[in-house]
This record gives sequence, structure tokens and C-alpha cells, in this order.
Amino acid sequence: MNAMSQTWIRIGKLTDIPRRGSRCIRNGEMSIAVFRTVDDRIFALEDTCPHGNGPLSQGIIHDGCVTCPLHNWVISLETGLAQGADEGRTRTFPVKREGEDILLSLGTSE
Amino acid sequence: MTRKQKLVVIGNGMAPGRMLEHLFETAPDAFEVTIFNAEPRVNYDRIMLSPVLSGEKAFEDIIIHGDGWYIDHGVILYKGHKVVAIDRQARTVTSEHGEVAAYNKLVIATGSSPFIIPVPGHDLPGVLTYRDLDDVEAMLLAAQSRGKAVVIGGGLLGLEAAAGLKERGMDVTVIHLMPTLMERQLDPAAGYLLEQELERRGIRVVTKASTKRILGEEKVEGIELEDGRIIDASLVVMAVGIRPNAALAREAGLSVNRGIVVSDVMQTSDPDIYALGECVEIDGNVYGLVAPLYQMAEVAAHHLGRSGKKRFVDSSTATKLKVTGINLYSAGDFAEAQDREEIVLRDAAAGVYKRLVLKDNRIIGAVLYGETADGAWFYDHLKKQTDISEMRETLIFGQAYQGGSQMDPLAAVAALPDDAEICGCNGVCKSKITSVITSKGLTGLDDVRAHTKASASCGTCTGLVEQLLVLTLGDAYNPAAVPPICGCTDLGHDDVRRLIKAKHLKSIPAVMQELEWKTSCGCAKCRPALNYYLVCDWPDDYADDYQSRFINERVHANIQKDGTYSVVPRMWGGVTSSSELRAIADVVDKFNIPTVKVTGGQRIDMLGIRKEDLPAVWADLGKAGFVSGQAYAKGLRTVKTCVGADWCRFGTQDSTGLGIKLEKFMWGSWTPAKLKMAVSGCPRNCAEATCKDIGVICVDSGYEIHFAGAAGLDIKGTEILGHVKTEDEVMEHVVALAQMYREQGRYLERIYKWAKRIGLDEIRSQIMEQPDKRKAYYDRFVFSQKFAQVDPWSERVSGKDKHEFNPMATLSLEAAE
Repeated sequence: MNAMSQTWIRIGKLTDIPRRGSRCIRNGEMSIAVFRTVDDRIFALEDTCPHGNGPLSQGIIHDGCVTCPLHNWVISLETGLAQGADEGRTRTFPVKREGEDILLSLGTSE
Repeated sequence: MTRKQKLVVIGNGMAPGRMLEHLFETAPDAFEVTIFNAEPRVNYDRIMLSPVLSGEKAFEDIIIHGDGWYIDHGVILYKGHKVVAIDRQARTVTSEHGEVAAYNKLVIATGSSPFIIPVPGHDLPGVLTYRDLDDVEAMLLAAQSRGKAVVIGGGLLGLEAAAGLKERGMDVTVIHLMPTLMERQLDPAAGYLLEQELERRGIRVVTKASTKRILGEEKVEGIELEDGRIIDASLVVMAVGIRPNAALAREAGLSVNRGIVVSDVMQTSDPDIYALGECVEIDGNVYGLVAPLYQMAEVAAHHLGRSGKKRFVDSSTATKLKVTGINLYSAGDFAEAQDREEIVLRDAAAGVYKRLVLKDNRIIGAVLYGETADGAWFYDHLKKQTDISEMRETLIFGQAYQGGSQMDPLAAVAALPDDAEICGCNGVCKSKITSVITSKGLTGLDDVRAHTKASASCGTCTGLVEQLLVLTLGDAYNPAAVPPICGCTDLGHDDVRRLIKAKHLKSIPAVMQELEWKTSCGCAKCRPALNYYLVCDWPDDYADDYQSRFINERVHANIQKDGTYSVVPRMWGGVTSSSELRAIADVVDKFNIPTVKVTGGQRIDMLGIRKEDLPAVWADLGKAGFVSGQAYAKGLRTVKTCVGADWCRFGTQDSTGLGIKLEKFMWGSWTPAKLKMAVSGCPRNCAEATCKDIGVICVDSGYEIHFAGAAGLDIKGTEILGHVKTEDEVMEHVVALAQMYREQGRYLERIYKWAKRIGLDEIRSQIMEQPDKRKAYYDRFVFSQKFAQVDPWSERVSGKDKHEFNPMATLSLEAAE
């Protein structure tokens, strides 16, 4: 892949994901969780909690964070960083909206 | 990243527990920890066993680390595994059950054992020691007889045991070898006052008494003293001291004297093996009080985690007796000697005795009896070696008399210097508490305990910590304040429930708006709670907010650690058939389900199902007549039954039929926490109804209804609600009880905790004695069931929440690194 340009892939529509909900993107072995917040912001994170690899897509979404269903770690959707006293980071991916469409890039978002 | 080292800890008492806390704080990623605990339970506060014995606290109140703590820190805890061998060559330990664990670093914290006087009869049933929860439970059992007890040993532990047994209704005699009680902590004068006080409470004290033998054939009947006196007793408690458990270390070839010999950084003669707690010997001394043990814990953690260079320093510790109503404080050295002076204050009428021992104008010892408020102040001067010649005249009257005017207790605390020790058990000083209150925005005692540990061990400094809260927070501190649901609101569960009803709030946004939530859309703690309250209070109006449910309740299956799910169909009352079993077998084969397991609730669990397969699995199960077992729900789970009068030769009623009837009536209902039930056909209780949330025991004359049992993190027998004569009455009473709990319980509060909060008598009165109330509860339950009894699996097979079970897209691209 050319490092200068990002390849955007159309993965679906905003309405495919319920508000305060998440859907998964399968990419080979990897699963990417795409989140939609209460105010229709979209985020994409690798679907594993830094703590015990819990599937973040299955968590409860609130205020720009998701709470992991396995042991209640709270992960920021924007940065992938564990909140509060916990330490760890989940990989994030760039996403953007074009109208109703959601586009994802597999380049790292730093 | 370097691989984590393996740390194995033998023993799970207070010292290693504290060490791990320090270690996880200072070097969180250094070790992968495995703990072997000979006791079959989690870490609890051993010094609070006396309040458990006397009935002032329950076991759940004194747990330090619940099961969740071990899970959160990735600790493997083997409960009930005694380590029998250490192989220093292979660097492994082996438990009596054959579990072998390899270590890079090993910590031995085997504690101590009570010393048993080897007199004839010491092994008779009814002779106990006082060391762990098992001892307390054995004493409580013995106390039920309201018989006579003898406590051998008039030290701290012995006297706390005696007071507890007296509190439990036993007739207690204390036998003590020395002329006065607690001679290691008290001088003779204070020991005498203590003896008077105990006698006044009806505890007989026999000093200068040596036990010759314990009498009895099959079990204890009494004791005989050396002087020939005989004292009747059905219970004898030996509390004459402890000896370090060092056998394991000795067998492993480590250097051992009285205890396991360690350096001042807690290393044994093998540098990869550490030891701490009551099992060790440092510089010839062994320790039994909590403060030095916690100091050892900190030192060991720092050394293991390479995060500091602390060394263990022997220092005097203060002692208090945890018997309600007896105020006693001692610290330092108070023996008489040539170069020492003393200041004594006695007030016979008020029962006050104070004695300070001075050397070179400095306090070296203090004994206070009857009035101990100045203990911390004296102790502070003792530790700091303050020259007291300036205030010598008024020193004994305490802090309030220094500087002229009388000080109230609050002013006295305010006047303490920043480095004054507030919590002796945990070594927490004043400034640490006040600075954490400010920096972390703490508002209550529990917060301070969580962040600093102050007053979290023996609890005698609770008053001081509360005064610091008042000083730091002013009027903002309200000791009676109810803890809020979560950080999103200042309101507690009960207020929120009340306001939902009073203000007719019928949606989560409405609750958040009207009750001024501080966050835009709540959090993972408050949203599921609000959703439950709304479902319960407005069954016909409220649309369940599915995004506010925990994943298990959202997809109607149980999430497993690898992200797959488990599926448990209902088997009404635990009864199944060949066609049902065949259908399950077919589903297992078709979907390649890796594990099939019989559950404790008499049904079958299929584990390891991929989320995408769930609707298809349910479709097949549905064709065979299965519905969701709601094994994931904060709601009705199972109704366990025995075979009852249909088959069992002891059965008195149709317990299976009644269980099925209850389950068919109540399934689908949501409750504050999970609700498990059982019906046993006779008092032999094969369905184990007496540890369930609600249980029924069939008897010849009808049915006994039980409730508020627990058999999880806590173990608790049920309470009896009452006796009824017919099945119909069982239905009405059980359903009414469940509805009362649904309406009053706080989210995630099991029925036994709710019952403890509301009061058993109140519940019995409303359900058993007030037919109108009972009928109204029953009717409200029946109404809500109209909306709740919809099988969630068949709904999803028909297409509901379809998006939940399929990926949004499938790609095949390389991710950039």
C-alpha cells in the first residue's frame, strides 16, 4: 500500500448500526468493531479488549466509550485507551462518513 | 516486551494480600501470580473475626478481596489447596491435590497455628482454637446450646473470644496463667480494671490458673485445674498463643529457627524465595499484630517489583481490644525500671486509668483504660520522641489541656500534625488521608477506605477518619449519605426508583433529563439499572431499551471468555424426555458444539456456539418445543425439584409438579438480580431449597416457604417466610414475595441482601399477615407477565434484531502495520 494515500473501503450504511450499538467487520482472522454513538459519531476499533481480549463490540456504549462485556474495562472509542485506573490500548482504525455511507481505512490511525 | 515472571504465593492471608496490592500498584506487569490457599475461601480480614463471632458483622462484611479482584488481576487462586512440597531445584510447588506450579519467585506466607496445650483430653471434640472462620463457625454452632464455655488464655484473642461467646448467650469462664489479664499489653492496674469490667459483664475470670487436663469421654465435659478445681464446660477454646508455620520451609531446606529466617527485605536463605507474615522471624523476633505484617508486605512488594529500597524496621505498635464498650489502648514499653518515671491518673468513679512511662523526658510507653481518645496523640509523641518537659504538668490530661482552652474532639483532630498516624493497622497518616480526599474528590468513609485503607482493618480509627472527612469537606460530608448509583448522578437507587414512580418517568432519556444526570447517556452501571426499573414499574408502557442491556440479555445467551456463547433451554422443573434429549443431540452434532454440560440448575448447557449460529441453533431447538432458559437473565432462572410423591418413598407432596407450575407461571419475569428457586418433596431437601432465593419444602401438613438463601460468593441458609396448606397458597405467596422484591430491590441486589436491608419481619408481615397487600403484589406480577412471557428465541428466529447476529461486512485485506 502506498503510505501517502489511504485506501477507503465502503463497509455499509449508518443505519446498519443501531444508535449506541456496534457491528463487526470480518477481515480474515481479525474482527473490527464499528461503533455508532448516541449522536451518530462513528468509530472503529479492533474487536479485542487490551485486558483479556474481550469482544468490545458486545459491550455497552456510553459517552464516547465502550464497557467491555467480560470484566468491565472502559475503552475510549476515539483513542482506544483504557479509562480510569486501567492501562492498555486497543488499536483504532480511521473511519469517515460520506452521506449515509461509512468508509473504513485499514491504515493505523495515530 | 519481556515475558512476565511467574510468582507463586503460598497462603492467602492478610499479609500476602496486602503485598499483592502493593505489587499490582507499583509493578503491575511484572508477574503472573498464582496463589495456593489452604482455606477454601478468598482473602478476608482476620482481625475482624471477633465482631463476626459476637454477631456485629457478617462474613461478607470482612472480605478484603472478593473473587472479582483475583479475576481483575489475572490471579489464579487455588482455594482449599494446601502446598505439601517445594522443589527448589525444579522451582516448583506441589499441592496436596497434585497441582504443580512452576515459579521464578516464590513467596511463603503460611502464617501461624494456634498453640495447643498438650494436656490430656486436648483432642476431644468440643476443644477448639480461635484462628480462622472455621473456628468461628464451630464456636457459633457450639454456642447454640447456650451451654458453658471455658476460654483458656486471657490475652487479646482469648478475651475477644470470651466476649463473643458471652454475647451469643453462653456462660463463659476465662482461665489465665498469669496474675493479670493481657499482661503483654497492660500493666497490672489496667489488667485489674479489665478483669472487673469482664466480671461485671458476667464473664468469670480465674487468674494464676494452670490447666491440668480436659475432662470428658466422648466429648468435652469440663476442665480440671492444677489446684484440683473442676469447671464444667461443653466448649473449650484454647487461645494461648501462636506458633509460626515453618514446617514446609524447613522441609525445603530453608533456614528456620522459631520462624522462617528472613532478611530485612523479606528474603529467606534462598534469594528467590521470600517469606512474610506470622511465619517469619526477623532479627530474632516473630510478629502477630497486623501493622508489622503490613510493613513486611510493603517491603516484600517493593523488593520483588524492584520499585524501592524499603527495609523492615521493628517499631512499637499500639494495641486495642475489640470488645464493644471496653476502651483500652496500649503502646510501647511500660515495664518499670530505674531510669524511668511515670505519670499516672486514676479516676475510680469513672473507671479511668492512664499511665505514661517516661525516659529522659520522652514518652516510651502508654496504657490507657476507660478513656482512650488521646491514644493517638500520645503515640504520636512516642514515635517522634518529643521532649515533653514543657507540657509535663498537664500531659496526662491529654491534648485538650495543652494550650489552655478545652478543645472539642474535632479541634483535637484538626490540631494533630500532618504526619500523625491515624490508622495504626495500615500505617496511614493524617496528611495522606486529607490529601487523597481532596485530590480524588472523595465523599465518604468507604471511598477513603478504598483509596487509603485507613480504618479498613480493625476499624477502631473510624471516628478519626470521619472527623477528617468533616474537617476536609465541611458540610459537604454527610455520613448518612446514600451512595449514588454511579458517577452519572448523586441519587441512590431508592431515590431513583421513588422518583420514577412519583414523576411518572417512562423512558431512560426522561429519567436522565428530569433527575439531572451528569452525563449525556449514562454509563454501563446506571443504564441497565434504569432499564430494569422502567421495565418493572411500567410493564405495559415502557419499551425495553435493548442497548442498555448487558450483552447476555441483549442476545439471550451467555458470553464466554473467548467471545462465543452458551445456550441453555428451559427444562421445566428439571424434567426432560427422550425426544428433547434427541433434539439436543442433533443440534450439538449439526453445529459442532464443543462442550455439553449439565448445569447446577437441572438443565443442559451447550457451550462454545458462535454468535452467528445462535438464531439457527434456536430455530432447531424451537422446533423440538424448547424455549429460552433465560440462564443469562437478571430474572427467573430455574426451579429445581426432586421427584417428590410420584416416585420417592419419602415424598410428601408433588414437588416436581409444583416446581413446574411455579416455573411456567413465573418464567420471563425480570428481577433486580437473578432469581433461583427450588421445591423439595420432603425435609430431606434433595432439591437443596434451603440455599435458594426462594425455596419450598413440602411437609405432610402442607408447604414451608423459604427465602433469602445464598450459595455463591456468600453462603447462607434460607429464612422461613411461613407455612401454607395448599399449592394455590404457595403460588400466591411465592409470587407476591417475588413481586415485592421486584418493586423494592436495587438493581443487582440479590434477594438475601434486599431482605437484610428491608427486615425479615417486615417482609413476613406484608406477605403472610396482610392478605390485601399480598393480593395486590400478586395481581401486579400477573399483569406484568402479560408483557414479559414472550420467548426471546422464537422472536429472534423470526428476524428480530437480525443485525445483531451477522457481521456488517466481510473483507479480505491486509491491515497496514
